[in-house]
Amino acid sequence: MEGFEVNKRDNDNVAILNLKGYLDAHTAPDLESAFQQLIDTKSYNIVVNFADLSYISSAGLGVFMGFIEDIRKNGGDIKLSSMKPKIYRVFDLLGFPTLYDILDEEEKAVAKFKDAGEQS
Amino acid sequence: MVSHLPEKQKTYQLKLPSQSDNLALIRDMVSKIATQVGFDNDESSKIELAVDEACTNVIRHAYPQSPGQVIDVLIKVDANKLMITVSDKGKGFNPDTVKVSDLAESIRAGRRGGLGLRLIKTLMDKVDFQIQPGTKNQVKMVKYFS
Repeated sequence: MEGFEVNKRDNDNVAILNLKGYLDAHTAPDLESAFQQLIDTKSYNIVVNFADLSYISSAGLGVFMGFIEDIRKNGGDIKLSSMKPKIYRVFDLLGFPTLYDILDEEEKAVAKFKDAGEQS
Repeated sequence: MVSHLPEKQKTYQLKLPSQSDNLALIRDMVSKIATQVGFDNDESSKIELAVDEACTNVIRHAYPQSPGQVIDVLIKVDANKLMITVSDKGKGFNPDTVKVSDLAESIRAGRRGGLGLRLIKTLMDKVDFQIQPGTKNQVKMVKYFS
């Protein structure tokens, strides 16, 4: 059975978190730590790439709920990208698409931040 | 621990300590059984997620201060359905009073509870709760063969 990995890289002023493996009640604290580190370094423009994530439960979705207000209050956002249909379905069932930007490609998610920066 | 009955009904049972590192093992077993008895990958993944949510509730809420208590996952398969019962002897809860508010309200209130129950009810065809705190709490989930 695979585990869970979260890896961070940067694209200009956007932090990208790559998720790999499964995100459940056991592994959600690892993602919480990654978000906390971003907040500690005032990195509020965040794209989460789900391309290599094979499973998510509500414990994983709870992490995104826990940080979004703080990040938006600081002018940033969490944008989600590249989900497999099985992963998207869980977000969809719980109503996330109305409150979060979910893009099919990472580049489009990054571009949303850059477009917003040019407009402001 | 797997037993096959000679009749049409098959029964499988898994008893594990209530620790989150066992969730992957439980999911693996449940999805393999669901696929083996005839559900397609899409339906198997729904069953897998519903069972994960029920077991996560046991780990987080039934035995919050005492990991290592028993989670009992019992799967029965007959000609027209798969029935999974997740049991514990922990704190219990009243499924009618668990607040299942909308997402925006949950985020504003800093509340994450209720998502798992909402998923279970959405993913499975039938869900029934029998709660006797400290004695036996059961979530019974049914998925019919289509």
